[in-house]
Amino acid sequence: MARAVVTMPAQAKRGEVLEIKTLAQHAMETGFRRTQTGELIPRDIIRRFICTYNGVEVYRADLHPAIAANPLIAFTTVATESGTLSFQWVGDNGYAVNEIAPIRVE
Amino acid sequence: MSPRSWLPAAAACLLFVKVLAAAEIPLGERRSGYEFMSRETRAIQDDDATHPGMLWVLDGEGLWKRKAGTADRACADCHGDARASMKGVAARYPAFDTARGRPVSLEQRINGCRVERQKAAPFAYESKDLLALTAYVARQSRGLPIKVTIDERTRPFLEAGREAFHRRQGQLNLSCAQCHDDNWGKHLAGSVIPQAHPTGYPLYRLEWQGLGSLERRLRNCLTGMRAQAPDFGSAEFVDLEFFLMWRARDMKIETPGVRP
Repeated sequence: MARAVVTMPAQAKRGEVLEIKTLAQHAMETGFRRTQTGELIPRDIIRRFICTYNGVEVYRADLHPAIAANPLIAFTTVATESGTLSFQWVGDNGYAVNEIAPIRVE
Repeated sequence: MSPRSWLPAAAACLLFVKVLAAAEIPLGERRSGYEFMSRETRAIQDDDATHPGMLWVLDGEGLWKRKAGTADRACADCHGDARASMKGVAARYPAFDTARGRPVSLEQRINGCRVERQKAAPFAYESKDLLALTAYVARQSRGLPIKVTIDERTRPFLEAGREAFHRRQGQLNLSCAQCHDDNWGKHLAGSVIPQAHPTGYPLYRLEWQGLGSLERRLRNCLTGMRAQAPDFGSAEFVDLEFFLMWRARDMKIETPGVRP
């Protein structure tokens, strides 16, 4: 099962900078390694990570081979209004994980 | 015998004892592998939000609650809330198992429960599920002091583990003690030699890019010594594990740890 964890504050003051930490469970197989018998292990990585805040994209990252397994992506955004942040990881072999986190802005 | 004649003999005896004892790390000087790590690596272990090992712990929590086997029972059906029932358990393992007549590791205890109580197939050693469940159970002991039981029943296994720790083996003809008792704090190539206290297992090793058990780590060292590593779950490994936990007695459990 593909698991992802998002850590961020549940409430904030308007204009405050939110620190968001995300961790996705993934082997991030580079596609350059070989088995003991010499066959190439096919690439299997997360390709893209997107965070939207009430539907507006606030952060995006493209991932490549040689990024460590279980990638940690930490970033910041400004608390503008109450609502939801949604997080999406998309990768090879149909890997797709979605997480949402509510935020209350005062 | 006059005092004059036995004094030098007694002094020689004392000296001999001191030389022997010097090999073992004094209790107050023991340090977890954590203390040898870089600030950055420590930060990963310190913050659950950035700790990749927590992904396994969360998986383990799921397994704890999931029904399994022909008995159709979950761990939680017998043991309830792991946060209460499993608190301090990992700090006591390996523990003596009357049925087997020897100490068993935490992994073996979990698999024993699976086979006997849940009537399910045991998890394979180093499988994701076994590591996840072990990490979840051991996580409940984080911060608690290691306390394995030493009595008449377990002492022979402690001594067997101690013997394995001090036995020279492999093509390099090294013993565990030569590095981890006698030369800790120095370097082996670019890496600091730690004291080999099993405080954080199963732990996330950056080199592994994943979670692994103490036995996997021991295999690492044995392969480095060019020695033949025993099988997972073998008596020799569990005895060594038992000795290492005794050696780290009263140190705090860090599971899941992070190591470079």
